[in-house]
Amino acid sequence: MNFEIPNFLPAVPEMFVLGMACLILVIDAFLPDSRRDITYGLVQATLVAAAGLTLWMMGPETVLTFSDTFVKDPMADILKVAVYVTSFLVFLYARPYLMERGIHKGEFYILGLFAVLGMMIMISGHNLLTLYLGLELLSLSSYALVAFWRDSTRATEAAMKYFVLGALASGLLLYGMSMIYGMTGSLDIAVIAAELTAADESLNIPLVFGLVFLVVAIAFKLGAVPFHMWVPDVYDGAPTAVTLFIATAPKIAAFAFLMRLLVEGMGPMHADWQGMLIILAVLSLAVGNVIAIAQTSIKRMLAYSTIAHVGFVFMGILAGTDSGYASAMFYVIVYAITAAGGFGMIVFLSRKGYEADQIDDFKGLAQRNPWFAFIMLLLLFSMAGVPPTVGFYAKLAVIQAAVGADLVWLGVVAVIFSVIGAFYYLRVVKMMFFDAPKDENAEPVQPSGALATALSINGLAVLALGIFPGLLLSITHYAIIG
Amino acid sequence: MITLEHYLVLAALLFSISVAGIFLNRKNVIVLLMCIELMLLAVNINFIAFSFFLQDLAGQVFVFFILTVAAAEAAIGLAILVLLFRNRGTINVQDLDAMKG
Repeated sequence: MNFEIPNFLPAVPEMFVLGMACLILVIDAFLPDSRRDITYGLVQATLVAAAGLTLWMMGPETVLTFSDTFVKDPMADILKVAVYVTSFLVFLYARPYLMERGIHKGEFYILGLFAVLGMMIMISGHNLLTLYLGLELLSLSSYALVAFWRDSTRATEAAMKYFVLGALASGLLLYGMSMIYGMTGSLDIAVIAAELTAADESLNIPLVFGLVFLVVAIAFKLGAVPFHMWVPDVYDGAPTAVTLFIATAPKIAAFAFLMRLLVEGMGPMHADWQGMLIILAVLSLAVGNVIAIAQTSIKRMLAYSTIAHVGFVFMGILAGTDSGYASAMFYVIVYAITAAGGFGMIVFLSRKGYEADQIDDFKGLAQRNPWFAFIMLLLLFSMAGVPPTVGFYAKLAVIQAAVGADLVWLGVVAVIFSVIGAFYYLRVVKMMFFDAPKDENAEPVQPSGALATALSINGLAVLALGIFPGLLLSITHYAIIG
Repeated sequence: MITLEHYLVLAALLFSISVAGIFLNRKNVIVLLMCIELMLLAVNINFIAFSFFLQDLAGQVFVFFILTVAAAEAAIGLAILVLLFRNRGTINVQDLDAMKG
């Protein structure tokens, strides 16, 4: 029996985050409630240091380690940095919200840090087992986060729904994985791809059977129609600080998960999963954009808008070209940054006992605080895809990819539903600038602290990335094509 | 002689029962948790059967991890259940309707 010591170097950021998460867990246990800021500071420092480590070790080559179960390649590095940045923003936005409601507990940050670790493993998984474990680490932390406000009836109900449907999705994923394992005889992503290329026709039916389960599970996790029922309830029921978290960074990880599993692993079966993704994409675009119009709660509206954005991400991936993957990656990073700003704005306007989660609460924001009405305008324009914000380039790149793959009709469908979707974003803009504020809520908004600064930077970043889209575009291009 | 097909059919049956249980059950959240456990065990049968007939250990290793994760999942599920009962005084699935959905 010979045992080779694995190359630990590619996994140093993961090990660092794990070590810090355990350490902070212990430190937090000894802190009095008034010193929770130490936990917060340590978690943010961990994210910054992990970003430093990842950037420092960044390289163009693909390194496999731990018996080929773990991969470090440019896509992994860049997506991890995107996860750190969005998580950093999320924790920053969440802190005032938690403090005002007396739930500023260390668990929020520590569970968040474990979820970040799960996302990193999903991004770097190169084996069905590591991918599954990363996904579960993320999911289990998210269930606990949603239920984290223990006295809120809505939050616990949302957590229960999230848990049951999430566990169902994990079960479907495992069943699909077991079929793939049985047919190819391996759990390794690269071996699966090689076996699929060599597989003869007779294996096709059980393989497609397994593939269906994988696609359904991924659709569940991402919240694509018709597997989206949990998204609005969870986004609405969870405390806004938690919605902020589960709506942003995990989408980046889910994108990586989809890339590893479908594109790298099941790549030879592209023709089979392309059809499934087309159905999911069209339904998501239609249902997400149309039902969002009927919402009165802005959290539910943004939840349906997330569903529509997932449809766009699928569109980029199903094109099956490198530029399609790069455009989907661009889209998902842009979405995460914009959604962080959008939910951050709800946190910013809320106070103790007042959640600001109705669309009406945004009425007359321009009179109460013109600057933040402008920032919200930029974020909404980016979600709707209005130039010169970055959301426009994201949509453009994805539609270009679909057209490039001879799916012109899909591009047309996407444009039509974007136009329908623009209505509900612009309605909020109209309420902010042309309606009078509600009476109980007319005093000016006093911007203060790190939240206001970060929110301004976030909104301006959406504009700046839109004016200079080349930088992020070339980064995602480099991540996929090298 | 018990062949691979027999195991696969058994696992598929158990899996279908558990999925049907999740969607049909309108009474009790604990039954939902039991269905989830059953689903994971059905997958385990699949993995073990494939692992045995392929003469490959990786499938059995996977099963150990699934069992561990299932335990953690059950712990979190029951914790949420306790919170639910404390907040609402009921664990009836039909009462989970504070939000439309």
